[in-house]
Amino acid sequence: MSNPLGDLAAALGDGSVEVVDLTHTLDPDFPVIVLPPEFGQCARFRMEEVSAYDGRGPAWKWHNISMNEHTGTHFDAPIHWVSGRDVANGAVDEIDPSVFVGPVVVIDCSAGAASNDDFELTPEIIDAWEAEHGQIPAGAWVLMRTDWSKRRGADYLNMADDGPHSPGPTPAAIELLLARDIRGFGTETVGTDAGQGAHYMPPYPAHYLLHGAGKFGLQCLSNLDRLPPTGAMLIAPPLKIKGGTGSPLRVLALVPGGRS
Amino acid sequence: MSDKLAPPKKKNPQLRQRVPTLPPQMRSRAALGLTAAAARGVFSLQHCEECGAVKYPPRDACCSCLSVSLDWRETDRTGVVISETRIHVSPDPYYRERLPWRSGLVRLSAGPTVLCHLHGDVGRGDTVRMDLKLDKAGQGVMIALPEKRSPDMEDDEQLRSLTAHPKHRRVLITDIRAPETRALIDGLLAAGASQIFVGESESWRRGSDHAAIAALDRVSVLPLDVSDPSSVKKLAAEIGGKTDILINTARHVRPGGVLGADTVFAREELEINALGLMRLAQAFGPGMASRTADGVNSAVAFVNILSVHALSADPQYGAFSASQAAALSISQTLRAEFRTSGLRMINVFTGPTDDEWHQPLPPPKVPPKALAKSVVEGLCEGLEDVFCGDVAKDLEERWRRDPKVLERELAGGGA
Amino acid sequence: MKRQNYDGVVLTAPVSVPYVRYSQETAHWWIARALKQVLDTAGMAPRELDGFSVSSFTLFPDTPVGLTQHLGLSPRWLDSIPMGGASGVVALRRAARAVQAGDVDVVACIAGDANRIDSFRQLLSSFSRFAMDASYPYGSGGPNASFALIADSYMAEYGVTREDFGRIAVAQRSNALHYPNAIMKSPLTLEQYLAARPISEPFGLFDCVMPCAGAEGFLVMREDEAQRRGLSYARISATIERHNAFPEDPVQLRGGWVMDIDELYEMAGCGPDAIDLVQTYDDYPVISMMQFEDLGFCAKGEGARFVREHDLTIAGDFPHNTSGGQLSAGQAGAAGGYLGLVEAIRQVTGQAGPTQVTDAETALVSGFGMINYDRGLCSSAAILKGAR
Repeated sequence: MSNPLGDLAAALGDGSVEVVDLTHTLDPDFPVIVLPPEFGQCARFRMEEVSAYDGRGPAWKWHNISMNEHTGTHFDAPIHWVSGRDVANGAVDEIDPSVFVGPVVVIDCSAGAASNDDFELTPEIIDAWEAEHGQIPAGAWVLMRTDWSKRRGADYLNMADDGPHSPGPTPAAIELLLARDIRGFGTETVGTDAGQGAHYMPPYPAHYLLHGAGKFGLQCLSNLDRLPPTGAMLIAPPLKIKGGTGSPLRVLALVPGGRS
Repeated sequence: MSDKLAPPKKKNPQLRQRVPTLPPQMRSRAALGLTAAAARGVFSLQHCEECGAVKYPPRDACCSCLSVSLDWRETDRTGVVISETRIHVSPDPYYRERLPWRSGLVRLSAGPTVLCHLHGDVGRGDTVRMDLKLDKAGQGVMIALPEKRSPDMEDDEQLRSLTAHPKHRRVLITDIRAPETRALIDGLLAAGASQIFVGESESWRRGSDHAAIAALDRVSVLPLDVSDPSSVKKLAAEIGGKTDILINTARHVRPGGVLGADTVFAREELEINALGLMRLAQAFGPGMASRTADGVNSAVAFVNILSVHALSADPQYGAFSASQAAALSISQTLRAEFRTSGLRMINVFTGPTDDEWHQPLPPPKVPPKALAKSVVEGLCEGLEDVFCGDVAKDLEERWRRDPKVLERELAGGGA
Repeated sequence: MKRQNYDGVVLTAPVSVPYVRYSQETAHWWIARALKQVLDTAGMAPRELDGFSVSSFTLFPDTPVGLTQHLGLSPRWLDSIPMGGASGVVALRRAARAVQAGDVDVVACIAGDANRIDSFRQLLSSFSRFAMDASYPYGSGGPNASFALIADSYMAEYGVTREDFGRIAVAQRSNALHYPNAIMKSPLTLEQYLAARPISEPFGLFDCVMPCAGAEGFLVMREDEAQRRGLSYARISATIERHNAFPEDPVQLRGGWVMDIDELYEMAGCGPDAIDLVQTYDDYPVISMMQFEDLGFCAKGEGARFVREHDLTIAGDFPHNTSGGQLSAGQAGAAGGYLGLVEAIRQVTGQAGPTQVTDAETALVSGFGMINYDRGLCSSAAILKGAR
């Protein structure tokens, strides 16, 4: 009798399946995307102590927290982008929860990103990956590893006079991934698009094309270097916010064989 | 000549810190007119509206004609010292720690004889320039100053106790990105400040003058985000005990009225401009308040930079004006809470500043250098309410004359 | 209009309750002691007293009204004289007219004050509105700096030196050594005066009075009443009183007496040379010197020379402050305004004992007080004559 969950529990217990945390700590100093100042901005994470075992509350400690739906490690739902505004069940509270657990593949662009802040994920790179690891399965999460999560401070957003410079996919790359019917696309940077993504057609192709097709996004991921190219499972359920366009969340990977 | 003020020696960590005391604080309501004048840096006395006589000490009826119509007006400052004394014994707890102390009688050209503090460079027979300044009790007092500026005049101990002079003091400027911050740094260093801390929020964003400013001598850039309580507390824990003057340049401003405005922007304006002030005061205030009697580099002032529309809203900057009004109200409560320590809460009100958020507005606008200059002057003179630029001065005067008329004029109802 | 004389009214029962530097007792206690002594002297019971005049700085929260119930009096005439050093003569003026008019038979005029360890500060913090607004904020913490400013101006104007002031203090100390109640018991030389620690320049320690607790008093009654009771008495030749004189003077170099001194001598029917002894109000020697000028003993600006040319001791040619004045006897608050008057009554009735000036018949008593802002506002003076 197959007992997949029992086997999973045993594997988690003996370390043959490892839980890897792909999430940045929610912290007031963590960078958020910066838009032109005339636009509404993405609020940073803020916490305000309500009490700390003191006169304000003698036996307990708690904080009020505030942030944008897209602060820190976060999930993008289809209605986040104009192209996805009419997607059925496109808000985080409407998405079928069964899609929050699923297979994940990792495309390693870390060497390229190390020498080029604007490194692009292209169809050629995807073809080369598939040649080695097989076709990207339908319904998989595709994560672009760049090791960008190891950057600290101002190097993370990497702003210059002409805007931010960070790696991301070309429109053609996204179209290829959509042809594979992926579940969603994730990056280690602050957006699924390249820092200079405004200059593509369409602008911000990852957001535009993915969400227009009812797909999801994940951003500010970390520890992608601990995942195998294939074979791991991703757990990424966003908060059930009414009409929400996304949310910060805990992204976990189940990794077989103790690869890390 | 005043003795040049020597920089302070390092504090002896084994001695108890001197607890602040105040000079006599009580004043009659009429005498508070002197306080109001000192707060703005004007020299005003009561003039009888019926017979024109100038009166001092402040009173409720003219002692020449018994009219009760007494009006505070700017008055000729010149006088002659006709008597002087050096006090060696006093039961007053504030003064007995500062003896000997000089006071004198000055016959003003305007008429009255005034009992006043004497600057070290003046004595019996000298022609003097009378000034009204706020003392540590926050009340307006008279001090006779040399007719012309003398070298290192501001170092005179009695005068220094009436100002918030930056010389030999350490200053925290809260936001490196404010347009006036660089000019402020230059102005404070020129006035003799010994060290300047500059706060920077969101350093991951770049776009600030970090490298150039951090490279300046006696200047350091430290993380500070007034919207984040832990950031404010953290910096206060690190440098709070060394902050003698705090200048809050943090400001969030967006154009727009109220009906068509975005409450998200409004919230950010309130968060930074009003609540940010509260957080700074809560984190830095108690430490500064405990150090107001701490020698040459005692803690002395908390400075806010506010739009003059804190007094009366500019409908084109509706939410921003509201945040300024909130900050003004908060500063009034802080002033009351700082009263027993003698820590001065200074508001510098400015008209529209010459920056990106006021770019389409016609002149006059206040360039960053002018704003910085006003702040430094406010500290050197120990003012409480500073109005920077013609727009601010004009608006405040109209507000005092009739706030309702001003409200209508700002709403476009005046020709 | 010619002022009415004081015929038929006399002063009796001069009483000084010995001063103490610090005392836990209240003003009520000190006033009661003086009151008892004046009544015992006159052989009166408290219930018999029908007039009461009180001067005190430390009765709060009471006024003399509270004292009537506190001390068991039922007077038909009650007065409160809050005029500091001018109180004695002013109390005398009020009481004398009331007795003359038949509104009251016997008035006890009493001044007394407590001096607890912190009562000096409490006194000052609520002394006057102008002091609160325009004087205490400047560091003085009391009258010393205000009078020092007057002295500084006076010295510059008239070429007076500290030695000149010192002579007054030294002579008074010499007199005080004969007065059993004086707080100061050791002699004072001019050198000690000059070398004393500075208080508020130009004042040194011996320019200033020592605040004490104590009380003084006397009775005002009809002459026939005094005779009936077998009391020696003094007559009142003349009195004057003035408040806020010369408000246009930039600094106080002259007191209110200048306005009314001619009237004093005219009323008394004599001139300054008829005066056998002078009791000035001596909160500081400079004010005594000012009184020598303003009371007509010398011209304005000649005070220093006058002091140099006269002997101010009991046996000298110008006996002055014969019990030592406040500078040597101590200042018991408002009683300081009675000290000279009570001593003068003793002098002209031959009861002064060790401080008695030989053949003292005519005394001039001067009062001054209430530095409201930058000058003393109240001035008063009286000429008393022995009844011989």
